[in-house]
Amino acid sequence: MSRAALLVLADGRFPAGGHAHSGGAEAAVKAGRITGAASLEDFCRGRLHTAGLVAAALAAAAALGADPAGLDAAADARTPSPALRAAARRLGRQLLRAARATWPSPGLDAVARQFPKGAHQPVVLGLAARAAGLGPGDAAHCAAYESVSGPATATVRLLSLDPFDATGVLARLAPELDRVADSAVEAARRVADEGTDALPAASAPLLEVMAEAHAAWPVRLFAS
Amino acid sequence: MHLDHTHPGPAAVSADARRPDGSRRALRIGLGGPVGSGKTATVAALCRALRDELSLAVVTNDIYTREDAEFLLREAVLPPERITAVETGACPHTAIRDDISANLEAVEDLEDAVGPLDLILVESGGDNLTATFSKGLVDAQVFVIDVAGGDDIPRKGGPGVTTADLLVVNKTDLAPYVGSDLARMAADAKAQRAELPVVLQSLRDERGVADVAAWVRGRLAAWTA
Repeated sequence: MSRAALLVLADGRFPAGGHAHSGGAEAAVKAGRITGAASLEDFCRGRLHTAGLVAAALAAAAALGADPAGLDAAADARTPSPALRAAARRLGRQLLRAARATWPSPGLDAVARQFPKGAHQPVVLGLAARAAGLGPGDAAHCAAYESVSGPATATVRLLSLDPFDATGVLARLAPELDRVADSAVEAARRVADEGTDALPAASAPLLEVMAEAHAAWPVRLFAS
Repeated sequence: MHLDHTHPGPAAVSADARRPDGSRRALRIGLGGPVGSGKTATVAALCRALRDELSLAVVTNDIYTREDAEFLLREAVLPPERITAVETGACPHTAIRDDISANLEAVEDLEDAVGPLDLILVESGGDNLTATFSKGLVDAQVFVIDVAGGDDIPRKGGPGVTTADLLVVNKTDLAPYVGSDLARMAADAKAQRAELPVVLQSLRDERGVADVAAWVRGRLAAWTA
């Protein structure tokens, strides 16, 4: 494996559409739940241990070679909000395009054929990691990191938050992020024997509810 | 290399001139420029001028609303299924240059849904003078500025003014009211752009969008040649 490939995949500038999504931060800012660095950290911690953990486990399982269709169905079952399912598929499609151009592989082409309108983003992330020669731990770390880096950068734009404070939030979450990635990989390794029920199903109901409301806003900066 | 056109391959990656079924995709023209310079009005006028002779569609990139798309729908310049809005997360230039994936999907989905298409116009959200389209997204780009934004803009240059395939100086009818010197704007633009074309237009004049439409026809002829 190449450590540099992990940097390419995890780079916030990797052109896979993430810049247009806030990971629920826009709705939380408007509701007054994120008002500064401290509440951003609380929001991100909650997202990391729920949506982030699930995404990391899906990505790790895909990187280990589990069936993408099964994982995509498992992601559906773990995402009650139709708006979030649609956003995840849209982002999965965008990531697949970027990954196919970056690490051409028959495996990614097959997924593009199987899911012309996109599979859930974490599943594609795991497949992209695999195509890049990376392992399940790398995929899990990418997914877990994205689950908090998206809201953090969105909040910089939404609140004019000091970007150094937002980056400090991410740095303080790093040890927890490592533990989330580790437990995600542990669960993903059980998928081969136990099926996708072995994957975590942690949920953040407020994220799901707010995503539905946000999708109906006539004026918004972010797509989700 | 084996080219099998009987079974659709996976979706195209980027600027491939052929669609998965082997047919030629639509010409894609981007329209960028500062806020309020008349991009949407130019797109609407182009649709009216070209819709009877071409199969065309529009992608808008609104910054925080769907207003541009809704304006085009309200004006009924095209049937609704031929107009799509892309959300850009507060960064219009990112969506047309640095991370074009959402726009590529929008143009491909339009071709799948209402194709075959001859032309897709991709309108950027209003941005600054450095905003340009990626070559992976569009085949040619138009930069729209207006006389009321200051007649020193062509002299200041910048990537949009200097490198766009067509520079449009819009709202020439306002020049006397805002004290803009059209001759100076044209001369400055010429100095910045050498042989690249410049159109001065007022959509309120009888001539309207005719010069830009003629330029689009020329690009289309070259694309399909």
